[in-house]
Amino acid sequence: MKGVESGLLDFSRLEMLAAGDSPVHRLDPRTKVLVTAAFLVFVVLHGKYDLAGLAPLALYPVAAMALSGLPAGYILGKLLLASPFVLLVGVWNPVLDRGILVTVGGLPISGGWISFASIVVRFALTLSAALILIATTGFDQVCRGLSRLYAPKAFVLQLLLLYRYIFVLAGEAARMVRAFRLRNLSDERPAMRTYAALLGSLLVRALDRAQRIHMAMLSRGFDGEIRMSRPMRLRLADAAWAAFWIAFFILVRRYDIPGLLGQIVIAH
Amino acid sequence: MSHHIVEVKDLHYTYPGETRKALSGVSFRILHGEAVGIVGANGAGKSTLLRHLNGYWAPREGSVRIGDYPVTPRTVKQVRRTVGMVFQDPDDQLFMPTVFDDVAFGPLNLGFSPEEVALRVTRALETVGAAHLAERPPHRLSGGEKRAVAVATVLSMTPDILVLDEPTSNLDPRARRKVIELLHGFVHTRIVATHDLDMVLALCPRTIVMREGRVEADGPTLDIFNDAELLDRCHLEKPFSMQACPVCSRATLPARQP
Repeated sequence: MKGVESGLLDFSRLEMLAAGDSPVHRLDPRTKVLVTAAFLVFVVLHGKYDLAGLAPLALYPVAAMALSGLPAGYILGKLLLASPFVLLVGVWNPVLDRGILVTVGGLPISGGWISFASIVVRFALTLSAALILIATTGFDQVCRGLSRLYAPKAFVLQLLLLYRYIFVLAGEAARMVRAFRLRNLSDERPAMRTYAALLGSLLVRALDRAQRIHMAMLSRGFDGEIRMSRPMRLRLADAAWAAFWIAFFILVRRYDIPGLLGQIVIAH
Repeated sequence: MSHHIVEVKDLHYTYPGETRKALSGVSFRILHGEAVGIVGANGAGKSTLLRHLNGYWAPREGSVRIGDYPVTPRTVKQVRRTVGMVFQDPDDQLFMPTVFDDVAFGPLNLGFSPEEVALRVTRALETVGAAHLAERPPHRLSGGEKRAVAVATVLSMTPDILVLDEPTSNLDPRARRKVIELLHGFVHTRIVATHDLDMVLALCPRTIVMREGRVEADGPTLDIFNDAELLDRCHLEKPFSMQACPVCSRATLPARQP
C-alpha cells in the first residue's frame, strides 16, 4: 500500500518539474518528442559490444538535465528504482558469453561482461531521456505532441486516459488493500488467493468505470476523434535544438569519437 | 416553444440477463424551464431512466422525446447536444488532462472554431466560478471544484436541458450549498435525480417519485413531501428542513442509559 501511495506522490513530482521554466521547458513538445525518439533509436542501434561508442551519447541527457535545471538526484533515483529489471535481463550474459574480448591492465574481460555493461548503460541512457522528456514537458503535452506528429489516434487516446486514470485506479487499489489489512489481524502474509481476489475485483471496477467514462464521452459528442485545440508554435530554438542533437547523434554513429580523442591525446 | 420539452411515454427496460424490469411503463412530460426532482429508493430505476434521456440507450419499448426529436440512433447527436448530462462521479466526467481541455471537449466535438471554443470554455468556467482552475489537472481538484467543473463541461455545449445525477453527493456542506445555488441560478430545464430531498425542496417545484421501475407519484414537491404514507412506501423520509427542529424534538428520542 505504501508503495502505491508513494508511487502516486512521485507522479506529482514529475508534474511539478514539468511546470517549471527553462530553455528546455520552453521548447515545443514536438521537438522534444522527436529528439528523444531519435536519441532512443541511436542508442539502440549500437552493437552489443560497442560500449565505448555509447559513451558520447551520454552528453544528451547530461546537457538536457543541466539546461533544464532538473535535479540529477531525482533522475538517478528513478534509474536505481528501475534497475532490478535490467539486471535481471542482463545477468545471464556474463555466464553465457565467456569469450575473452579485451584485456584491461592484465585483467581479461569476457564479451558477456561487456554486453552486460552495455545493456545497463543503454538502459540508463534511454530511461533518463524518457524521464527528462516527461519532466520538462508534462505527460499531456507529450501526448499533444504525439498527436500533432500523426501518431495513431487510438494510441494517443490510450496514453491520455492511462495517465488520467492511473491516479483513480491506484487510489481504488490503495483503499481496497487498506480495507483488507484492517480486517486481517494475523501477521501472516496474505495468501496468493487473496491477492487474486483483490486484483479481480479491481479489474471489475475498472471495467465498470471504463463504461461510465465512455458514456460521459459519448454524451459530449465523442466520435473517436480526440481534439485538443491548443496552438503550438515551432520557433528558431526548436529547429536549432533538433538540428544540433540529430547532427550530433549521426556524428557519434559515423565516427568513433572516443577513439579519435584517444589518438589526439596519445599524439600529444 | 416545444424544443425544451422532455416527454417519456410508457418506457420499459430490462437489463440483459435479468428477468425483473428496471423500468416498467414510465411516463411523464417535463416542460420548458421546469426544475424537476426524481427521487426514489436505491434500485428504483432513476439511473436507468437517466441513461435513456441522452440516448445512451435507445428506448426499445415506449418512447422518449427530447424537444422536437424522438430519441433514436439517428437523432442521438442532436439529442446529446440538447441534453447536458452531469454524471454522479466527477472522475468519470472529467477525463481530459486539464480542466480547460475537459470543458473544451464537447464544443470541439461540435465542430466550433478554436476561438469560439476558448470563448465558450471561459464563459462556462466563469459561470461555475472556476475560471482560475483552467490549467489544473482534474485529479488535483477538491470534490466541490470537480463538481463545478463537471457542470461547466456540459454548459460549454449550451444545452437546453440539464440532467444531473446526484449533484450533491460526497460534498461538504458548503460545497453542497454552492452547487445548489449554482443550479438555482440556471434557466435551463433541469432534471435532478437524487437522494438529497432537501435539495429537491430548495430547487425543484415539481417531484417525480419512482418505485420499482414505475412512477409512483408526480406532482408539486411540497404535496409529495407532506404525504408521509407515500414517502414511507418508497423508502424515503421527509426532508430535514420539513421535520421538527432536532433540538426541540430531542425529548422524542429514547433516553440514553448512562
